[in-house]
Amino acid sequence: MNEVAPMEQFSEKPLVEACARAPVGLLAELTHRCPLQCPYCSNPLELDRVNTELTTEQWQDVMRQAADLGILQIHLSGGEPTVRKDLEDIIEVAAKAGLYTNLITAGVTLTRDRLNRMKDVGLDHVQLSIQDVDEANAERISAYKNGLAKKREVGKWVREFDMPLTINAPIHRHNIENLPNIINFAVEMGAGRIEVANIQYYAWALKNRASLMPTRAQVLKSAEIVEEAKERLKGIMVFDFVVPDYYAKTPKPCMGGWGRGVMNVTPQGRVLPCHASESVPGLEFDNVKDRRLADIWLNGQAFQKYRGTSWMKEPCRSCPRAEIDFGGCRCQAMAFTGDATNTDPACKLSPHHQAFVAAAEAESGVANPPPFVYRRMAPAKATAG
Amino acid sequence: MNVETNPSRARVMITPASKPGMPPHIKLRHDPGRGRWHVLAPERVFEPDPIAIEILKRCDGVNSVEDIATELAKDYNAPLQEILADTISMLQELSDKGVIRA
Repeated sequence: MNEVAPMEQFSEKPLVEACARAPVGLLAELTHRCPLQCPYCSNPLELDRVNTELTTEQWQDVMRQAADLGILQIHLSGGEPTVRKDLEDIIEVAAKAGLYTNLITAGVTLTRDRLNRMKDVGLDHVQLSIQDVDEANAERISAYKNGLAKKREVGKWVREFDMPLTINAPIHRHNIENLPNIINFAVEMGAGRIEVANIQYYAWALKNRASLMPTRAQVLKSAEIVEEAKERLKGIMVFDFVVPDYYAKTPKPCMGGWGRGVMNVTPQGRVLPCHASESVPGLEFDNVKDRRLADIWLNGQAFQKYRGTSWMKEPCRSCPRAEIDFGGCRCQAMAFTGDATNTDPACKLSPHHQAFVAAAEAESGVANPPPFVYRRMAPAKATAG
Repeated sequence: MNVETNPSRARVMITPASKPGMPPHIKLRHDPGRGRWHVLAPERVFEPDPIAIEILKRCDGVNSVEDIATELAKDYNAPLQEILADTISMLQELSDKGVIRA
């Protein structure tokens, strides 16, 4: 049975070129508010404020439009999506529209009653993130007290309600040595799936890269641990292993290709090809308040700009992998080389590749990494919004 | 049936007597826009081939693997032992992926 490449999959299988095909997934960042302050947060450095968030009705309309456009799965994320009191009302409309609903949560603000109600209105799956299975270390990473105990409780409720559970574990130098215990934790929690997700260095994670980057030896060891566990836990827990691309030879097919399968809606309603794409200059982002989702997907400037392969320069243009990895990540090319049309520096063919690898090796080799810059909302400005 | 809540968490091995069913969070759905069937699973979308669709449609927690294979052998006019072996191997793969319970 073939799998339609999801957003985090590192597939070697060439994907059929089909620019006008419908997206399969939509990441709905319902809010940027979050009680945790993890230094690798994928939200942008400039966070959307609560008074600028889309209303319940606007999000419900996004759900209906997404289903009409052919989207199959909706990922309800944030920030922490459960801080929105209307989350159940959004899930209900999404489920009624026929979307497969996935809640991506840190769990600490969830209650048993709310989860039960989410199940009743059609929530299909819960992805629960953990920072570490060492309580003190988890507190240090998230700047949040007693989070792990709460997560255990949430995981129990998910299983009590016979809902499928994924444990999402972002991996970096401060927890990579605990990987075997993290995997055991997921098994104990009754998870059917685990994401061992090495940090991808954008936004807050890029800002904290020198604090977070593991060594090459640690990454190789973690890959061995995952391979062994995958075999041992076959039929019990499914693994997704996201590698850190700083130590790769070929880039990841970021988002499965720009504007190919996935779209992202920010708390304010801006529609992005990926959650980090606001870091790329020269893109015009449409808003669901002004334009239909289908029109944005098909014709929006930001989606058209790097869709397909016609924007590519060498070495991507003549590369046999051009339609496998689509030149990697535009945001990483921009951040590291200053030009979003360059090949991703994770690619060994990039003239920037050596410097890219050297940065990771140098930072991960430092015995005492710099302290975290925690993810926090900037103090309100008079002209905020 | 409810394997995942069993704390022992052992791998399920499919036999001719197994009674496979799809858990409520796995959805076999026809997509009219794309004109094909999908299996929707946690953060996964599968495209089942025609045989997989026929098998999945019969996974109701009541039919045994042998029942399913017998029916398919009749429908496709194929030898039962061959169909049974193929069905077991496909259902084992689906069980390992969490798409069915047995």
